[in-house]
Amino acid sequence: MAEEELTVSSLTGVDMRVRIAGPGTRSYAFLTDWLIRLLLALAWLLAGALLRLLPRVAADASLAHTVMVAAVILALATYFLYQPLLEVAMRGRTPGLRKAGARIATVEGATPGTGALIIRNLFRLIDALPVFYVVGLTCCMLTKQRVRLGDMVAGTVLVLDEADSVQRLGRLSAQLQRTALPAEALQLIHDLLDRWRSLEEARRTRLARELLCKFDPGFDPRRGAALSSRALQGRLEALLGGEPGH
Amino acid sequence: MAASPDTDAPAGIWIRTQAPRWEALAAQAAAAPQRSHATVDEALRTLRSYRVLTQHLASARELLPASLLTAALQNACATLHAAINREPRLTGARWLRLFREEIPAAAASVRTLALWLAALLVASAFAGWWLINTYPQLVSLIASPRMIDGVERGHLWTYQVLELAPPALLSARIFSNNVMVILGAFCSGILFGLGAFYMIAYNGLMLGGLLAFTHQHGLELGLVKFTLAHGPVELSVMCLAAAAGTALGEAVIRPAHSTRTESLRRRAAQLGPLLLACALLLLGSGLIEGFLSPRATVSIPVRLAVGLGYWTLMLLWLGGRLFPKAKT
Repeated sequence: MAEEELTVSSLTGVDMRVRIAGPGTRSYAFLTDWLIRLLLALAWLLAGALLRLLPRVAADASLAHTVMVAAVILALATYFLYQPLLEVAMRGRTPGLRKAGARIATVEGATPGTGALIIRNLFRLIDALPVFYVVGLTCCMLTKQRVRLGDMVAGTVLVLDEADSVQRLGRLSAQLQRTALPAEALQLIHDLLDRWRSLEEARRTRLARELLCKFDPGFDPRRGAALSSRALQGRLEALLGGEPGH
Repeated sequence: MAASPDTDAPAGIWIRTQAPRWEALAAQAAAAPQRSHATVDEALRTLRSYRVLTQHLASARELLPASLLTAALQNACATLHAAINREPRLTGARWLRLFREEIPAAAASVRTLALWLAALLVASAFAGWWLINTYPQLVSLIASPRMIDGVERGHLWTYQVLELAPPALLSARIFSNNVMVILGAFCSGILFGLGAFYMIAYNGLMLGGLLAFTHQHGLELGLVKFTLAHGPVELSVMCLAAAAGTALGEAVIRPAHSTRTESLRRRAAQLGPLLLACALLLLGSGLIEGFLSPRATVSIPVRLAVGLGYWTLMLLWLGGRLFPKAKT
């Protein structure tokens, strides 16, 4: 049974809980990175092939051979070193992980060091066995913290990157200062706006009208019944921005 | 210090009084992970923010459990936690410590295992020799048809490699092959050490078998001459990497810490630097194998001097005698 959260002990004794990324997020990030490194490697090969077409290079067989060898070496280096180098340089993130909204952390919730990141990459040799990361994915599905062998050895775990939520705290505090709404109301309006697209139109408009009736003094329920879903959404956003009744 | 909310007061009052601070704290939490260098003032400010945020998180959990605000505070805390708890960038002093202390310490921790694996390599080589001597037709299991054909005609494949590729490319190829072998030996050690044993036994069998095969055609001295310069370090590094892999397996079988995973993690962190040393040593032996070994004109004493010299250098480094000790 997998646990979905990693409990991190803070320096002040207050525990934090970080959500663990599952095999789906992991596979999505890997495939994105794989595609990028494949394209970069192919770009080197293409560049090598194009250089060989230059008259000066084409005339010299030894130079043409050297160009192609260099292109192959660069392509292989890009393909194989993309992941470890970027993980180290970007402190546990890669473009694929960013896109998937995940980052690598240690089991203590810290940023992993260079050694740990290199070790987790070395163990891809075993995780990739026999084909298509069968060992890694199986291990990921069976372990409590959804880790592959490389993560287990390096003491790392893939967690969801909640960096956006930090900005959300800033926005929330700004709204709390501007609006006279109670905190519970803010919470309800935020929740509704977050789930706006996933809710059926009839349901979201009904909920929006109920909230506006309760918290927006300028809202007329009879007129409000004629407002479209989009207009109601705008009204709720305006309410969060501290402009009730406008 | 942050003012603790009055728990008897409604959550709304606490939120409204603290909200102005969160905006600034959120800005700090967002900026901290992006910073590659921090001044002492910045670092202290980040630590203060972290402390205040965790206090507010504890209060929010009490007053508004499962709320948006609590989640946002928690994520801000986790982001700052990761930003504060990160290793410094690799500096010159850190590299020096790695080369002077950590690599020799890691090598010392697997010395006995490496000696046992060297014994396994020798025993497997003898077994390979006996096998090919007794059943010569089995050579097709360890050598390609081209190699067999060449030896049967009286030519060693080792001296023809320079005709196939330039020395630099040859060195790069040899290096990458050897690195894959040591990584395989290390990583497969996690399978209770059996993977590392297999790697060593297989390579020993191949070595002994090829020596026996060349001996049958009177070319064994040529093969020994070829391996003299790069062989000692290459084989020693293979034993070291396999010993590191076996130590990983041992950490799983006989955990020295509270859990097997913890034991494995600590052992891997300790042995990681040794793998770096192995890769660097293989880079050197790859260069020797690409540039020096295939040249028939290089005499045996020169090869012996290079091989023994490089091997001694390796022993001095791994024994902690190559770099001066740090002043205490």
